[in-house]
Amino acid sequence: MKVITANFVTCAVKECKTSAASFPLHFHDAELEQQELDFQPEFIRNVLPRVDWDSLRITANELGFPSLPETKPEGDALNEEQTLKDLHRLLLETQVIEGKLVCGNCGHQYVIKEGIANFLLPSHLV
Amino acid sequence: MADQAEVYEEQNVHEVYQQIAGHFSATRYKPWPIVEKFLQELTPGSIGLDVGCGNGKNLRVNRDVFIVASDRSENLAKIAVQHQPHAAVVADILHLPHRDAFFDFAVCIAVVHHMSTPARRIEAIAEILRTIKRGSDGQPGGRILVYAWALEQKNSRRGWDKGDSQDLMVPWVRRAKPGSGEEDQTFHRYYHLYESGELERDIEQAGGVVVESGYEKDNWWAIATPKHDS
Repeated sequence: MKVITANFVTCAVKECKTSAASFPLHFHDAELEQQELDFQPEFIRNVLPRVDWDSLRITANELGFPSLPETKPEGDALNEEQTLKDLHRLLLETQVIEGKLVCGNCGHQYVIKEGIANFLLPSHLV
Repeated sequence: MADQAEVYEEQNVHEVYQQIAGHFSATRYKPWPIVEKFLQELTPGSIGLDVGCGNGKNLRVNRDVFIVASDRSENLAKIAVQHQPHAAVVADILHLPHRDAFFDFAVCIAVVHHMSTPARRIEAIAEILRTIKRGSDGQPGGRILVYAWALEQKNSRRGWDKGDSQDLMVPWVRRAKPGSGEEDQTFHRYYHLYESGELERDIEQAGGVVVESGYEKDNWWAIATPKHDS
């Protein structure tokens, strides 16, 4: 599971959707792997406006990455190749292979196995 | 009732796809023209969903957008995840792990016809619409593209047409390799065949507004957007 994915998923439990505590989900016991992908600066530039920066900072911090800047790179900063390369590496090339995603509202743990997060709910949460 | 339908789909849809994932995937490689067009016309940087992505064949169309694909079958999600730059997770269409009113688009291709009651088919579409960005003054909302198998397909290999039963079990035959000594295996999947106008009705009941709809190669399709402030 790519790090960017965490920015676009939340708890599958209906009641949690309205709670701010359900986003982002929190990584526990994450095992990381780097997967080399083609660097597409345009892709990073285009997708970045849709990334929730505060959530990404939380995620990066939980995964042990050095702190991201407090504000999202905008304007000229998006022409700096190093900035885009760093984001490419974090968002797309860093994979969570094993671990859990935990909801801060209901506490449910979603398991990540062989790089795939499983959001199916047990019957008592449906 | 809902519980029964859930168990029924578990046995007659989900377990079958787990079993046939590899063979199914090897026979599904080309996106359908309307799906291809819908995905190609998206603004670069759009974020969307592919609900019931199967082997992820539709993830190959556009690499300038980011798609979180999901499938109920872990075996299919494992195949779909290989398509870059996108993502794939395991999820249930009735309980999607996505925020409200966020996404620019979603596709749901050949999926809702596996839901075994009218209420669940509508609920499935409503759940997808829930995740889609609402339109506001001057700003269009996000769009979804939904496909479902048509009852009216008298020229197809199956030959069904108006007046035939809409709810049926469709066989999937996995041929044994010649000389392997194994036997062919037949699996049955549940389908609800949509009749003319039914997909549009389901979308409206789910809180959507149909923008465009039509028929393509044995399937009904519709593009829809969530009602304002629904």
